[in-house]
Amino acid sequence: MPAVLAFAETRAGELRKVALETVTAARQAADSSGGGEVHAMLIGPPGVAARAEVLGRHGADAVIVVEHPALARYNPETFAATVAERFRSGDYRAGFFSASAEGRDLAPRVAAKLGVSLASDVTGFEVHGDSVTARHPAYTGKVVVTLRLTGTPALLSLRPGSITPVEQPRPARVETAEPAIDPATARVIVTELSQRASTRLDLGEASIIVSGGRGLRAAENFKLVEDLAEAIGNAAVGATRAVTDDGWRPATDQIGQTGRLVSPDLYIAVGISGAIQHLAGMRTAKTIVAINKDKDAPIFKIADYGIVGDLFEVVPRLTEEIRKIRHDH
Amino acid sequence: MKIAVCIKRVPDMEMRFAIAGDRKSLDQAGLKFEMGDFDGYALEVGLQQVEKRGSGEVIIISVGPDGVQETLRKGLAMGAARAVQLKAEEVPFDGLAIAQALAAELKDGAYDLILFGRVATDTANGAVGPMTAELLNLPCVTAISQLEIGDGRGTARRDLEGASETVQFPLPAVLTIDEGIARPRLASLKGIMAAKKKPLEVKPAQLGTARLVVESMALPPDRPPGRIIGEGADAVPELLRLLQTEAKVL
Repeated sequence: MPAVLAFAETRAGELRKVALETVTAARQAADSSGGGEVHAMLIGPPGVAARAEVLGRHGADAVIVVEHPALARYNPETFAATVAERFRSGDYRAGFFSASAEGRDLAPRVAAKLGVSLASDVTGFEVHGDSVTARHPAYTGKVVVTLRLTGTPALLSLRPGSITPVEQPRPARVETAEPAIDPATARVIVTELSQRASTRLDLGEASIIVSGGRGLRAAENFKLVEDLAEAIGNAAVGATRAVTDDGWRPATDQIGQTGRLVSPDLYIAVGISGAIQHLAGMRTAKTIVAINKDKDAPIFKIADYGIVGDLFEVVPRLTEEIRKIRHDH
Repeated sequence: MKIAVCIKRVPDMEMRFAIAGDRKSLDQAGLKFEMGDFDGYALEVGLQQVEKRGSGEVIIISVGPDGVQETLRKGLAMGAARAVQLKAEEVPFDGLAIAQALAAELKDGAYDLILFGRVATDTANGAVGPMTAELLNLPCVTAISQLEIGDGRGTARRDLEGASETVQFPLPAVLTIDEGIARPRLASLKGIMAAKKKPLEVKPAQLGTARLVVESMALPPDRPPGRIIGEGADAVPELLRLLQTEAKVL
């Protein structure tokens, strides 16, 4: 019975949430195609094996652990060679990566090494026997493409947040393996990893995003957006391209066609008119709130709940009311 | 320094799209095309590297039907020295099939740098760059937002979720370019005139077999029409009530 492989992403020795998403997806893929084992691949510095148990809890039957002192940071060439080697050594029907920054780098390398196809940034999939189909938002989210992958293993990278990790505990056996190439021979070396000082959630992982546009008028007024996110508690802060171009916020905060594509449960657009470039990045949010003084702003055409008004009055009031609710609980 | 920049012609994303009768492609009627957003950044990076050194040239390459010649001419007008069209009536969705055609063209080109945009805005796979690097067995850094090149080596920055990496690599190398690194220049009138005389070579694309194929395309379900629930700060209590009881997101 062929198995399904899941790449379990770590950062600084810790599992990322997307690792649990790929393992959960691999479990679904194995179960929907008549069973078969799920193997999770865990690569990192000595000690990373301690994370294997969590992968078993999310449905991995085996965790393949590759520990090496030179692998404390992502090493694209060693990771790609090692994952590709694992695929070659076993009978794998499919493989799951995250479409995270690391997964988007790794998955195409592995696919090219194996000479197989890769469906990227997938929001849904079906595995039935030899047939694998995947759903993929393309054309800046304006078209949903259903793709068919032929040949094995079929590789998929999952859009972060598109699948909810599910606990389905298994007593995962741990197998150890060596890197397929000596990391010292790798040509591409990550010499530094700097975590951003902000403890704020990442845009791709947050279920609520508060985002600001030109309507805020000045960089310092972003404090209103920060305060609202803070009051909500589990919210990330985003921005429009106009705002990141002006340097009010770092480029990595940009949501839109040339920035991050996000699908949170709740998106609060503050002083954002709703240019197509921006809508491309957030139109798939489950609920959209817009606060803008111009009642004809395009953002109101897609906002589930719009308030026409001065954001400098509406947002502080909203922050205050949310603090009251939070305080009462 | 010899630099190749691989660019893709994509539909203008601001347009309203419709699905064709075969239900697996876009209705081409009325579509306007342009150079992919990130490909523009990649070309700008290539041009700046050559300018900084005062020597070398940028060669632009695109896979596709004759329509890509218009996009290539635009790249020539921006400052590329020459262009290559790898002719294919259709550009497959499968990144590996495209990477095979590009690798065949690039392998004997003795390029110091091969640049791509981070992702093509139409198919949105972001796979062709790193796949081409693998096929050529070249070092590759993807989605970079800063770059320094000197003395046969380079240093790049990649933005991750909530973090960034500094990455070192030797040349020759393949890089894919993210936003924020360089604003693409506008072609000058002089550039546009000069572009008409620059060489544009047409060759058949040696595409690989596509194993990732489009089964169907659909437009996402429309969002319900927007609703304005009130004006000013007085509407805040109603907003909270709706978020808690109707949308159930707070």
